[in-house]
Amino acid sequence: MVTAENALPQAGAIVFEQVRKIFVDPEGREVEALSSVNLAIRPGEFVSLVGPSGCGKSTLLRLVAGLETASEGLIRLDDEVIAGPHYLRGLVFQDPTLFPWLTVRRNIAAGLAARGVAKQQWDEVDEYIELVGLSGFGDSFPHQLSGGMAQRAALARALVNHPKVLLLDEPLGALDAFTRMQLQDEILRIWQDRGTTEIFVTHDIDEAIYLSDRIIVMTPRPGKIQEIIEVPIGRPRSRNHPDFFRLRSRILEVLNFAKELSLSYYL
Amino acid sequence: MSASELTSRKKTDLQIELGELKSEKHSVKKDLNLMLVCKLLLPVLLWGIFWVAHLFIADRQILTGGKYFNWLMITLLGLYLIFLVISYFISNIRSGLVHKVPLISAVLMILLIWELTTLKLNLLPLPYFPPPAKVFAALAIDWQTLWISVLYSLRLLGIGYLIGLLVGLPCGTLMGWYAGFNYWLNPVLRFIGPIPATAWIPVAMAVFPTSFAASIFLIALASWFPITVMTWSGIANVNKAFYEVARTLGGGEYYLITRVAVPAALPSIFVGLFMGMGTAFVTLVVGELLGVKAGLGWYIQWAQGWAEYAKVYAALFVMAVIFSGLITLLFRIRDKVLVWQRGLIKW
Repeated sequence: MVTAENALPQAGAIVFEQVRKIFVDPEGREVEALSSVNLAIRPGEFVSLVGPSGCGKSTLLRLVAGLETASEGLIRLDDEVIAGPHYLRGLVFQDPTLFPWLTVRRNIAAGLAARGVAKQQWDEVDEYIELVGLSGFGDSFPHQLSGGMAQRAALARALVNHPKVLLLDEPLGALDAFTRMQLQDEILRIWQDRGTTEIFVTHDIDEAIYLSDRIIVMTPRPGKIQEIIEVPIGRPRSRNHPDFFRLRSRILEVLNFAKELSLSYYL
Repeated sequence: MSASELTSRKKTDLQIELGELKSEKHSVKKDLNLMLVCKLLLPVLLWGIFWVAHLFIADRQILTGGKYFNWLMITLLGLYLIFLVISYFISNIRSGLVHKVPLISAVLMILLIWELTTLKLNLLPLPYFPPPAKVFAALAIDWQTLWISVLYSLRLLGIGYLIGLLVGLPCGTLMGWYAGFNYWLNPVLRFIGPIPATAWIPVAMAVFPTSFAASIFLIALASWFPITVMTWSGIANVNKAFYEVARTLGGGEYYLITRVAVPAALPSIFVGLFMGMGTAFVTLVVGELLGVKAGLGWYIQWAQGWAEYAKVYAALFVMAVIFSGLITLLFRIRDKVLVWQRGLIKW
């Protein structure tokens, strides 16, 4: 059972120590994408990264996924230094990137196939199809799904390996407002069920407040953590809670303040 | 006139108009039916014209074995009539038949023109342009030799193409995946690939002990080039995000190559398979024309030597059937393998 797994105590503490990431652009110039990031994420915590584009939030996520390596510093997951991708750190992109040649069922099973799990032990896959609300679509091909359904399948695919950490890179960015709110609730439900540590990158401040325990506000050039904001609203959250508006204006203030700072810096 | 009268009057007017419309529609349907019947009978009419010309215009060429063609024409008419009867009951077959009528009629017209210009009016020079009856007689009389030739050709083609495929797929895959392989194989591919395989015939004949082995080498070479190029470009163009997803799911290099790169490149690989089959056909026939002592190419060469052009055309006909059959087979395989593309791209 999918839910039986949740009873198990699941670690998933992530620690960033002086993480710096430098890219070299096509002209050979060095660009500092992240500058000395220090951060500790608790096991089972839901953390959002918000900030304008170019603030390095996606880079931070890709570092945890192991798709990029830090230029300096290190990242640990439960005291183990991250080096390269691992199935215990699942990733969902803004684009569902389902394999178009596989059915929904086989896409979700891809994580098992990739790890070499024998087909006889794929029973769980159908439970995952149900978990994300895709019952009856197991034999459909990705191009037959709507954007929201495809993203549900991508979510199930990332979950099938029981990751300790789920990394979500603007997963709802391309969806319409309704589907978006629906999927926010689904993501919350699954997170509360399974106790996975989740890092959620978004442009949408309301989304971040609705979902997260903590919101990390980042600023660009070079990308760094500007402020960490606790969300003290109890769950289930109402989008109309007075604290909701207070937090939103607080975050906007942080972001605006950053703009003024950089303006005065250039003046 | 009271208001109620007015409305009732209007009503009857409307009813009359509706009735007229209905009857008009009905007559249109009748017209359509008549048109349909005429269309379906057109091939029968053309067949009749052909048959009248066949029987009543005197031959101006000597023809032996004409009975085979007579039987063919009668059989074809019989088949068409059977389909016509079936189509009266099954609408699916009817629409299919209606769709094919122009094509069938065109074929009959061509046969008629062919018959008139050769056998009946002797306008085209012999022995290069035999009448249709003679070509069919060659097919009917010499079918055993033709059949054996087909088997020989298929054997050469099959072995050669398979080798080209078995070498081309790994070559293309390794080139697409490893920069090192690409570094060494790319120049070879660019330099040697564009040479038509048939240009190697003198070298192949000298290097290989038999013309059979030489032909297999040439066919393999001919199909290897396009298969390698299309596999390579297919794999090199796979969306990199697929690899990132596969890696975060725990996939190793073997998984990435066999379960991500190759399936993603399959549409491109199939283009290479089609191109490779085309070049393999060319190489097969040229090889058989020049050196191999069996096969359809050889048969054509041999028949030409005896100036038996009816046999040449018969062999060309068989070749058309076999080659288009193979291409159709490859299409079927593609449709099965790439079923996930249905509805995604235009076929």
